[in-house]
Amino acid sequence: MEIFDILLSASFWAAVLRIASPLILATMGELICERAGVLNLGIEGIMVFGAFAGWMAVYAGLGLWPGVLVAFAAGAMFGLVHATLTVPFGLSQHVVGLGITLLATSSAYYAYRLALPQVTSPPRITPFQPLEIPVLSDIPFLGPALFSQTPLTYLAFASVAVVALVLFRTPLGLALRAAGENPSAVEAQGLSVTAIRMGAVMVGSGLMAVGGAFLTMSAFDSFFFEMVNGRGWICIALVVFGAWMPGKALLGAVLFAAFDALQIRMQQTPLGAEIPYQVFLMVPYVLSILALVLMSRRAEVPAALMVPYNRGER
Amino acid sequence: MRLEPVADPGLVRLIGLPALALAGMVGVASVLAMLAGANPFAVLGLIVQGAAGSKFAALETLNRATPLIFTGLAVAVAFRAKLWNIGAEAQLYAGALMTVLIGTQLGLPGTLALPLMAGAAILTGGLVLLGPVLLKVRLGVDEVVTTLLFNFIMLLFVSMLLEGPLKDPMGMGWPKSEALPRDARLPRIVDGLRLHWGFGLALISAVLVWVIQVRTTLGYEIRAVGQNPQAARFAGIPVGRVMVKTALLSGGLAAMAGFSEVAGLKGSLTLDLSPGFGYTGIVVAMLALLHPLGVVVSAIFVAGVFVGANSMSRAAEVPTYIADISVATALLFMVLAILLTRFRVVRG
Amino acid sequence: MGTREVVLRLEGITKRFGKLAANDDVGFALHRGEVLALLGENGAGKTTLMNILFGHYTADAGIVEVFGKALPPGAPGAALAAGVGMVHQHFTLAGNLTVLENILLGTRPLFGLGLGRAAARARVEQLSRDFGLSVHPDAKVRSLSVGERQRVEILKALYREARILILDEPTAVLTPQESDALFATLKKAVALGLSIIFISHKLHEVMAVSDRVVVLRHGKVAGEVATADTDRHRLAELMVGAEVALPHPAPGRAGETLMELRDVSTPSEGNRTGLRRVSLALRAGQITGLAGVSGNGQGALADLVSGLIAPASGALLVAGAAVGGWNPRAALDAGVGRIPEDRHATGSIADFTLTENAVLEGYARAPFARAGWMDWRRARGHAEAIIAKYDIRCPGPEARIRLLSGGNMQKLILGRALEAGPKIILANQPVRGLDIGALTYVQECLIAARDAGAAVLLISEDLDEIRVLSDVIHVISAGRLSPPFARGSKTVAELGVWMAGQGFADAA
Repeated sequence: MEIFDILLSASFWAAVLRIASPLILATMGELICERAGVLNLGIEGIMVFGAFAGWMAVYAGLGLWPGVLVAFAAGAMFGLVHATLTVPFGLSQHVVGLGITLLATSSAYYAYRLALPQVTSPPRITPFQPLEIPVLSDIPFLGPALFSQTPLTYLAFASVAVVALVLFRTPLGLALRAAGENPSAVEAQGLSVTAIRMGAVMVGSGLMAVGGAFLTMSAFDSFFFEMVNGRGWICIALVVFGAWMPGKALLGAVLFAAFDALQIRMQQTPLGAEIPYQVFLMVPYVLSILALVLMSRRAEVPAALMVPYNRGER
Repeated sequence: MRLEPVADPGLVRLIGLPALALAGMVGVASVLAMLAGANPFAVLGLIVQGAAGSKFAALETLNRATPLIFTGLAVAVAFRAKLWNIGAEAQLYAGALMTVLIGTQLGLPGTLALPLMAGAAILTGGLVLLGPVLLKVRLGVDEVVTTLLFNFIMLLFVSMLLEGPLKDPMGMGWPKSEALPRDARLPRIVDGLRLHWGFGLALISAVLVWVIQVRTTLGYEIRAVGQNPQAARFAGIPVGRVMVKTALLSGGLAAMAGFSEVAGLKGSLTLDLSPGFGYTGIVVAMLALLHPLGVVVSAIFVAGVFVGANSMSRAAEVPTYIADISVATALLFMVLAILLTRFRVVRG
Repeated sequence: MGTREVVLRLEGITKRFGKLAANDDVGFALHRGEVLALLGENGAGKTTLMNILFGHYTADAGIVEVFGKALPPGAPGAALAAGVGMVHQHFTLAGNLTVLENILLGTRPLFGLGLGRAAARARVEQLSRDFGLSVHPDAKVRSLSVGERQRVEILKALYREARILILDEPTAVLTPQESDALFATLKKAVALGLSIIFISHKLHEVMAVSDRVVVLRHGKVAGEVATADTDRHRLAELMVGAEVALPHPAPGRAGETLMELRDVSTPSEGNRTGLRRVSLALRAGQITGLAGVSGNGQGALADLVSGLIAPASGALLVAGAAVGGWNPRAALDAGVGRIPEDRHATGSIADFTLTENAVLEGYARAPFARAGWMDWRRARGHAEAIIAKYDIRCPGPEARIRLLSGGNMQKLILGRALEAGPKIILANQPVRGLDIGALTYVQECLIAARDAGAAVLLISEDLDEIRVLSDVIHVISAGRLSPPFARGSKTVAELGVWMAGQGFADAA
């Protein structure tokens, strides 16, 4: 069977991790926001802007890692706008989030057109190269599958561990989780719900932007319009699928990437050639909806998600 | 800081703050123009001129406003019920699809085809939204993400049909449907002027939606469910059924945008039928404070920005995306301004 | 007593919201090792005062001193750091965290590493023993009972080495026996040198637990007395300004049974208790009182009567016939008038006008609507009639209801229900949070409806209210219903035994 051949090839799993990386980073970003009680629908646009900003920084002469930092900072700035409007002002997180997506996307496109007015095919940068981890990358099958990735992929996986550690093992994580469940518990301890939520949204948005930057700085080497193509919305579904737990969300992202990688390869099989390619392209979106339906009744949603907190309000 | 309700906002607050929001948008656009090395006053002038400077420009703006009125109404109706329909784009394409299907495949005379096309479009648009709404009502699945994801699925579905069974054999390889026969198209409102009856239908729809909202029990139910579903349920309002009715209405309105674009303007279906009318409809509805008559005004305004920017960018070296950014900032400024008409910021 | 050290001093505290002075020149002192009761009606300014003390509000004038040092205004956390701990009426606990995590929240530098769980657990267990507050440190707070949650709140304050403990209406959620246990804990705390402010509007508790009483009225200190030198009547007078005649209705004359529950059970959901084989008869011309600690199934019973849920097993009969397709609409059609527990969340729509709220339950029918079209002129007339008859203070029928005070809002809900001519009336916490004027008015309306032949089901956590108004009392505990007790046949202590769930075992 062709499917088994595909599933047993190291290159397939290497591709899975590559496809999963931007999703993992952005999903962690969204998870942080939602754990603190703020839905961030700006994610799609922030990923677009991150993809542009990181790539542009490198194209303008900065190094790759400074480029990642630029993407993070740009994402955090949009996060600040989102957080300011939704936390102290308590505006609709839906409306503001969609506004941020429109704003960030069009800002990226505007800046791109300004910087490169007359290009037909976008210029390329030298992206992150695979980093073979000594010893581990020599293990048969697992080595080429897991340990010959670009640094940003390792960063994506590391981000899951860091997010989990901070959430469940530090005072900050405690305060953040409480802010998303019962903000008055945080306020009663003299901590500022506003500061915690805004900080979470900024850091989370930074991570989303790095997720976007993965596309232009690691997966590909230039910036295209529409390249994020709904990945942000998929990440929102992944957070729900992962029941707001970093580990489970990681699992969801990898599972999801595996289906995605599989459909790409299936397209090239004789059987796949008979099915319109659009059917394959629909798979990620259909899977996301299925994931939402499956998890609809099971997950423990942060109780204060999307509930603005007005201090002293009774 | 803290927000304190303003019991009786004065006229200055009610008009001044939204005006300030629009001024903020103009300010942002000016800065963007300067970043592009252009004179902001010249750019703004060109935009205004391109949007309303001539009869041709004004009609172009109204044509562009037509689908935005429909999607704006779709969003306004849904958001009133706190039904977050972000899928107007998918519903629009569903409507467009039904329009070409009936218009090109059945071979009916125009007088019969047009109402059938519109009816089928409305029904299909409503059904497209019904799925996410039933998932929400029955299983509690958040409709924001499902309607968003449906946009991508629908576009791929249309793409599949346009490259397959619906492909125009005379289209020289482009993914494009056959054109509607002449008599299955919406006539122009005035002979010789490039403004089709889709605009008239949009105005009529706005009035109808307004009447529904203020005069009928359904409108009352929609508002009650949107403001406080718990109290609505307690008072005996069938919340689920109201949601379903709202979905049919909202989806149908969005689908009308697709119908009117195909039957009134383009004549056929392509993948670039909508440059994001569904998403822009959200901005239109929010700028109008979800008021159906306001939607007409804000749709014309937003359409003017886009049409004007388009014509401006041909004359000046400023990318058209200046329009998208302006509209997005207008949205953010406006929701903030509206909040501040009802609350004042106090310290401590 | 005057020679003892002053640990907390408030002086000249004034806070205005618009024209209303929530606190007007309030001042008093708390001494080491005493229990000071802060007594006042709802709306007297107790909550505002505490919000100022904890820096959530900034006072317009006045100073707060803790252990001789002035607290900076508007700095949340300053009072906490100075050793003041607060147990709020609405608990400030995060349900997704464990007991230990809730206690640890905010105790360590935010950006530090590690939580030091082991050491913290040992200290929490020590404190539990010292103060008699047993609770499992690793239990998720979501799974705890209300009484346990309160213990976590107290532990939280003690863990932070609070020397001053403020409890806001702590007994509202407790059985009389649990309250006694709380009072024992407070005695231990005072003996260990802590000082306590006990906020309440229940006179008998204040008399039982405090050394001194400060009474607030309309934002001002109305009096300050040593508990030993006063009695309940004097305190009541100070609290409301004059001797108040609460309604003491003559017994009702019971008629036929209008609504009956036979062996009804409903499922428990989350920490919401369902009903367990409840049988109950609501008779015309009678007020049936439902006593119990909140969260013992009152919600399920109220939802059942108002049509929000249907029995999972057993039968619900209205006028002798079993109902089918039971929902809020059916309940209204069957002549059930409903006053919901939460007038903001359930009883009204904040941004709707009084007119729109007045027809919320009857909007779909004549005379307010015909064939799907609203008749706003008649709706408005209806609202105007209710406003006039129930003396609702408002700018007019087109004003948004969110601008109204709680009492006026409640009167509109009451008017909406009563004007429909209900045969059965559900009154769930009808006077909670109302000032004394609105309270008496609402109670009188219910008595009048009873005398006119309605069957009234009164649900309240205030045992005094239940005992005064009810012709028959049932106690609900863990979803089970006691047999009916005739007016005056049971003492508070006897009812308390049933509320704690013991009577059921005795009866069985």
